[in-house]
Amino acid sequence: VAMTKLGQWLCVLALLGSAWAALALAPPGLQPPTPLRQALLPLPIYLLVAFGCYSLATVGYRLATFNDCEEAAAELQEHIRAARADLRRRGLRL
Amino acid sequence: LSVLLPTYNERDNLPLVVWLLVRTFRDSGIDFEIIIIDDGSPDGTQEIAEQLAKIYGSDKILLRPRPSKLGLGTAYIHGMKHATGNFIVIMDADLSHHPKFIPEFIRKQKEGNFDIVSGTRYKGNGGVYGWDLRRKLISRGANFLTQVLLRPGASDLTGSFRLYRKEVLQKLMEKCVSKGYVFQMEMIVRARQLGYTIGEVPISFVDRVYGESKLGGNEIVSFLKGLLTLFATT
Repeated sequence: VAMTKLGQWLCVLALLGSAWAALALAPPGLQPPTPLRQALLPLPIYLLVAFGCYSLATVGYRLATFNDCEEAAAELQEHIRAARADLRRRGLRL
Repeated sequence: LSVLLPTYNERDNLPLVVWLLVRTFRDSGIDFEIIIIDDGSPDGTQEIAEQLAKIYGSDKILLRPRPSKLGLGTAYIHGMKHATGNFIVIMDADLSHHPKFIPEFIRKQKEGNFDIVSGTRYKGNGGVYGWDLRRKLISRGANFLTQVLLRPGASDLTGSFRLYRKEVLQKLMEKCVSKGYVFQMEMIVRARQLGYTIGEVPISFVDRVYGESKLGGNEIVSFLKGLLTLFATT
């Protein structure tokens, strides 16, 4: 059975989320060593912020490198001129 | 090869597109037919189409008009009914897509035996003319969101300049239900679901109507709704 993209996201989030909750929110007896817990607790926020930065950087880069087709536009103008002339010769009444 | 040209109020552009198509095909020796599906344009597009059929022959220019604006999806279905080519090219009739890329689509298709070849504005030396920063930002932003959510395996999902194997297009038309930009996206997503292969060719998109038709809040909202629907259902 193929899963929807939403289904895939929920699965992965559930897995990571429960792993994080098990380790970071464990009751006092089962807690991992303190340095690990200190790093683990804010991890979701860090990842979110990191993804946000990645998104901004990627979209910014793609925006900056979005090609402007100057020659294509100029070439099109030429082709339009040629087309109009030829079509008139062939009897097209505009 | 059959070219499907849905038109609405393209009285000025239609003869130019057809002229460019005919010249491209004749120069590269490609056997072709052009199917013009006019949705009852009030500006006389159909009349121009009839003149073109007389000039180039009604075996090359096929007219399949419809009484009113009935949507792109049904236009493709309607046009395909009498298409005799093994491959179908869909494109815009407003000169934003230049026929000169079609031989490149064909070459790419042969190279990888692809089921679909999609023209992309975002890769290689593909690009756009006539867009301001705002429009480009929206385009890149929307595409990024689409890539993250749908991981489609194609760089340009909302483009509408593509070559399809006829059976592939027919199969996809049965399954796709969205409208507008999302319709083009859904085609690629469903194609991947069905295991079809997709090749890409960089194209230049020359927008001459952007000044008149700004991309407004409404379209952005309906795009997002469509994207989320695809995210949740495919």
